[in-house]
Amino acid sequence: MIGIIDYGMGNLFSVSKALERLDVEYSIGDRPEQLEHADGLILPGVGAFPDAMKALGEHGFRQFILEKIDRGVPFYGICLGMQLLFESSEEGGFTEGLGVFEGTIKRFRGVTDAGMKYKVPHMGWNRLTLHHPGHFVLENVGEEYVYFVHSYVVETEDEDVLLATADYHREVPAIIGRGNVVASQFHPEKSGRAGIQLLDNFCSKVENRHVTRR
Amino acid sequence: MLAKRIIPCLDVKEGRVVKGIQFVDIRDAGDPVELAKMYDEAGADELVFLDISATHEGQKTMINVVREVASELLIPFTVGGGIRTIADMRETLRNGADKVAVNSAAVKRPALIREGADYFGSQCIVVAIDGNWDEEKREWFVYTAGGRHRTERTVTAWAEEAERLGAGEILLTSMDQDGEKTGFDLAMLKAVQDIVTIPVIASGGAGNKEHFHEVFTEVDADAALAASIFHYKETSIENVKDYLRNKGVEVR
Repeated sequence: MIGIIDYGMGNLFSVSKALERLDVEYSIGDRPEQLEHADGLILPGVGAFPDAMKALGEHGFRQFILEKIDRGVPFYGICLGMQLLFESSEEGGFTEGLGVFEGTIKRFRGVTDAGMKYKVPHMGWNRLTLHHPGHFVLENVGEEYVYFVHSYVVETEDEDVLLATADYHREVPAIIGRGNVVASQFHPEKSGRAGIQLLDNFCSKVENRHVTRR
Repeated sequence: MLAKRIIPCLDVKEGRVVKGIQFVDIRDAGDPVELAKMYDEAGADELVFLDISATHEGQKTMINVVREVASELLIPFTVGGGIRTIADMRETLRNGADKVAVNSAAVKRPALIREGADYFGSQCIVVAIDGNWDEEKREWFVYTAGGRHRTERTVTAWAEEAERLGAGEILLTSMDQDGEKTGFDLAMLKAVQDIVTIPVIASGGAGNKEHFHEVFTEVDADAALAASIFHYKETSIENVKDYLRNKGVEVR
């Protein structure tokens, strides 16, 4: 069973519908104890980084997430749910994140080094460049288009965790992963075939784990 | 870099798609969910649903349509028509729409854009503008109430204000061109593109695949919306995309 972390800041409807399509059992919980027995966790997120960190704390999820990740429970962060996994964000001042990955969240500058202006948010279908095609979450995923909507972007020195990037006037981390933790800047449930494949791969990982445990 | 988006638009009245859609290969051509699925499979990058229900019951039905579409679709979609308050926005977004489009209600009370952007994020708020050229004043003016009411706002000033208030996108429809199939209103689009930095969706006038090429290359629109040429199968999304791809325009 997959647990969806409900801290009041995500579009839970579309992600739960996507799991139903994949015929995966899930449960939505707004307190850690409700998701204690989940075999895998999804952290969705729409909104502002500081509000989200505050809400995670209020729901008691900060420690819970770190412990589960530590124990190797498969974990998928979506959109803001991916950004929260990094050390900090400059959105609305400096806010500390969960610090699972090295790096920080910065706003798109809206202008290139050459001085050319570009639109922020990065909104629309953009193509993935795969850096670690062998990773379990990328199985059967090609260099396909996925749907992005974001004004803030991950900056990290840790290139090993960049499973896929997109090009929007700079390199945009699109899929992040290490061990059993994966995350995507885009919403997999709104990103056509490639998106649903990613979710499916994640769910398979969760279910395999379940099987081996038994 | 971003692919140019092709967006079919479906007019929904009392829960049914209107404007007689000519499809033989689907069970029920009036069912918005069936049509949405078909367009999704055909390669639509996004969908826009415009609710033109006249009754309160019709608007309630729209919420069910939104829920069903959200369960079936793997692409983003926008819902417009009849969205007047934050509560309307919340209900539409909570039931699975990715964006809401506001038109007349925002012209009447521009703060609605700001409130929507603050509550739900700019990326959810599309400001739809219907514009018409005034030959005497040499300007485009904003129309509301489905084109029945002319306002004193110019299209460019309103687009600029909408962006300032937090709109995430502008859906710009040319009333002069709408239904004419003679091409998008490039001059009006260019005037707006020059002023705003948010994405602009061109609407009104698409008659063939060349028109899409024109709007993407001559004014660099981010997306183009069309209804009848897709509904009546005058061309298909696949055809338009193949054509654009061959011409070097990036499409999904």
